[in-house]
Amino acid sequence: MQTLDLTDNHQKKNQDPFLVIDGVSKVYPTARGPYTVLENVNLTVYEGEFICVIGHSGCGKSTLLNMVAGFNRPTAGEICLKSKPILRPGPDRMVVFQNYSLLPWMSAFENVYLAVKQVYTEKSKEEKTKIAKDSLALVGLTEAMNKRPKELSGGMRQRVSIARALSIRPEVLILDEPFGALDVMTREELQEELLSIWRANKVTALMITHDIDEALFLADRIVLMSNGPAAHIAEVIDIPFTRPRDRKAISDDPRYYTLRNYILEFLYSRFALADEAE
Amino acid sequence: MAAGSITSKFTLNNIGEWVQQQAKSFIPPLLALILLLGAWQVICSGKKPPLPPPTKVWEETQPYIWYPFFDRDYFDVDAKEKIDSPARKELKEKVTIEQGLGVKTIISVRRVAIGYTAAAIVGISLGIAIGTNAFLYRAFDPIFQVLRTIPPLAWLPIALAAFSGMNESLQTIGLNVNEAAGLFVIFVTSIWPILMNTAVGVQQVPQDYRNVARVLRLGKFDYFITILIPSAAPYIFTGLRIAVGLSWLAIVAAEMLTAGGGIGFFIWDSYNSGKQSELILALLYIGLVGLLLDKLVYYISKFAVQSDS
Repeated sequence: MQTLDLTDNHQKKNQDPFLVIDGVSKVYPTARGPYTVLENVNLTVYEGEFICVIGHSGCGKSTLLNMVAGFNRPTAGEICLKSKPILRPGPDRMVVFQNYSLLPWMSAFENVYLAVKQVYTEKSKEEKTKIAKDSLALVGLTEAMNKRPKELSGGMRQRVSIARALSIRPEVLILDEPFGALDVMTREELQEELLSIWRANKVTALMITHDIDEALFLADRIVLMSNGPAAHIAEVIDIPFTRPRDRKAISDDPRYYTLRNYILEFLYSRFALADEAE
Repeated sequence: MAAGSITSKFTLNNIGEWVQQQAKSFIPPLLALILLLGAWQVICSGKKPPLPPPTKVWEETQPYIWYPFFDRDYFDVDAKEKIDSPARKELKEKVTIEQGLGVKTIISVRRVAIGYTAAAIVGISLGIAIGTNAFLYRAFDPIFQVLRTIPPLAWLPIALAAFSGMNESLQTIGLNVNEAAGLFVIFVTSIWPILMNTAVGVQQVPQDYRNVARVLRLGKFDYFITILIPSAAPYIFTGLRIAVGLSWLAIVAAEMLTAGGGIGFFIWDSYNSGKQSELILALLYIGLVGLLLDKLVYYISKFAVQSDS
């Protein structure tokens, strides 16, 4: 097994905790008795951090993020944002879904405007329109803003979804494999856009991914999940690369491959899927 | 310059191409039509044919073909001074029929429009109610499942019986018992597909859209308007399209029984007076109008529905 220098202490740990996942378990009742998806998951996220969660399919990553979003409630334990327990979904924890979840009967602008209208209830129509337009401009969609989702490519749809999420200034941005369905070129382009928007907006981001390179490029810390059932956080890795990050410079860094191999070994040796191990 | 570029589009070559394009779509059905008419002509050209051949239908229905919107009643009643102008008098003497088939068809279409609109309003409302409320759905779905299998005309006697008891109140809104029963048959025929499809459409709002609504904390009314209705719209229009076909089927049958005018009654009347040619022409009208109604709802739905794909 490789050894890894994980002493690189996280400077943000002097801050107050922002998002705290405390002893969270999730059990689903099934016909064959209770099924434990997650068991005793603990994680503290600090304001402005970018966290990536990696694990095999079925390890409960989405269940975890759904609980942060508020779609599900933990069976045991508690998730708190700024010391307040999360009880239901809300625009302070906006989600970017893998399948974009845009409303097909609305234009890109209308999709974003719907979110803006819900959150900035006290603002005038002009102000709200400007916020929606600015958000779309941020992801480079000014020209396509009157198009319906079906007229847009996958990458553009995900841009609209990101614009919608950012337009309402969430405290936590939750991304559930947002680039999973996109081709490599578009994915890299969007990763860079996401990173620059994240830096500019100082938003705390929590992202599920299957892509180790994506996680290494984006994250401050990578959370590695053990396999389900009863999955838990096996390890949290600090990513030492300085920001702003440059893809080329990172991949030239010798630590990049050490980290990459470490995560690969984690996924395919220590926590290999049962059928792969046989 | 502009004129030049316009004319250049219509060179002989282009027109030829255009005609060829169009020919592809209308020559095959034309051939099929000729074939069918020919077969009909051959089969019905014996000494005592079961039905008149096309040529005889054409000869015998001349006034109906050329004066679809003639209405003798209209001429008599509407003339203010009760004196016909020479031109009108000439027409009235020349045309031997009482009422053109177009007028009769409009009477039937009007009935369908009333009953169908009522069914659409009630059906969509009830469909949303039982689609969004699990208790209401469990309560009413079995009952609706039974009611919807009842054939349209089976409702006619019970409608006549029920409405004859409230004849006076019907007359205050300008309906007689037969007319009301006919409208009810249309209503009860077309409501089930609308209701059922709306309920399913409402139940099938994708989880993604619901999640968006939950994250944004949309209010009930906003959810209804911005997510529920647009998401269910394709299902609702499917129901509306099935219903318009069914209600056209039902009105023709209902008119044959209630004798209140309209194209359905005309068919029965023609049969009783042995005018087979008129009967055949009326069938053609019914087929064309049915197609038209179907296409009308189809194009409205295409205009109104935005799907994901």
